[in-house]
Amino acid sequence: MTTEIIAEPGVPQIILLREFDASPAVLFRAHVEPELLAQWLGPESLATTVDELDPRHGGQWRYTQTDSRGVGHSFHGLFHGDPTPERIVQTYEFQDQPGRVYLNTTTFQPRGGGTLLRQNTVFQSVEDRDGYVAAGMERGLRASMAILDALVTKLRTEQGG
Amino acid sequence: MDVDQLNVVFSALADPTRRAILARLAQGDATVADLCVPFAVSQPAISRHLKVLERAGLISRRRRATARLSHLEAEPLREATSWLASYRDYWESSYRRLDGLAAALEADERHDD
Repeated sequence: MTTEIIAEPGVPQIILLREFDASPAVLFRAHVEPELLAQWLGPESLATTVDELDPRHGGQWRYTQTDSRGVGHSFHGLFHGDPTPERIVQTYEFQDQPGRVYLNTTTFQPRGGGTLLRQNTVFQSVEDRDGYVAAGMERGLRASMAILDALVTKLRTEQGG
Repeated sequence: MDVDQLNVVFSALADPTRRAILARLAQGDATVADLCVPFAVSQPAISRHLKVLERAGLISRRRRATARLSHLEAEPLREATSWLASYRDYWESSYRRLDGLAAALEADERHDD
């Protein structure tokens, strides 16, 4: 199972799709119980602490990701509507960029004994989206797989030959 | 690659015919006439697509005898790809851990029943 990302040119949105061999109820718990969320969120190179997580309408959440040099980055936001095993709606704001907010809707749809997780993230502008995604690269996250699969496979063939 | 350049590359890639042209060029350089055949598109239309791809830095064009050959430039495409791949990698590495955690939670719940 791999994560599929859809980011259309010129649209301030990213859609992420991922299937899981687990029920929506269990995945929901892993998103709203602080001690569970801290166990999986973020790449292994960063330690995630969940400072606050109040999963109800208007409730606040905040987590901090700390790299191996001890440099931490915090994100926070609010839940909008009571989170359910069908849907979580929350805003995100990076601590160092107040006022730059994005809206994230996570849905959990039962699919063949498992779950299709879909994240719809809407930014204030295309520039914000592109900057946000590019920031992931600056944090040293390595690109491991190609997205334009057929085309890139051909490119690899070309480079190899 | 800066954000403006990324936008130009993504706009160029947004069109399915242009992606197909790039895939064709990955197999070797081609003339406008070569490219018309598989895509059932007129020469002026192919030329327009090639202009967009050239502006995005995705292809270069050179003359050989009387023919003008289009050549795939792989670097901007690789950079545009890694832009999204790093974002996906962030989530995929998280979700791999969530796979393990969810399996453990499922086992606990079955045990409790």
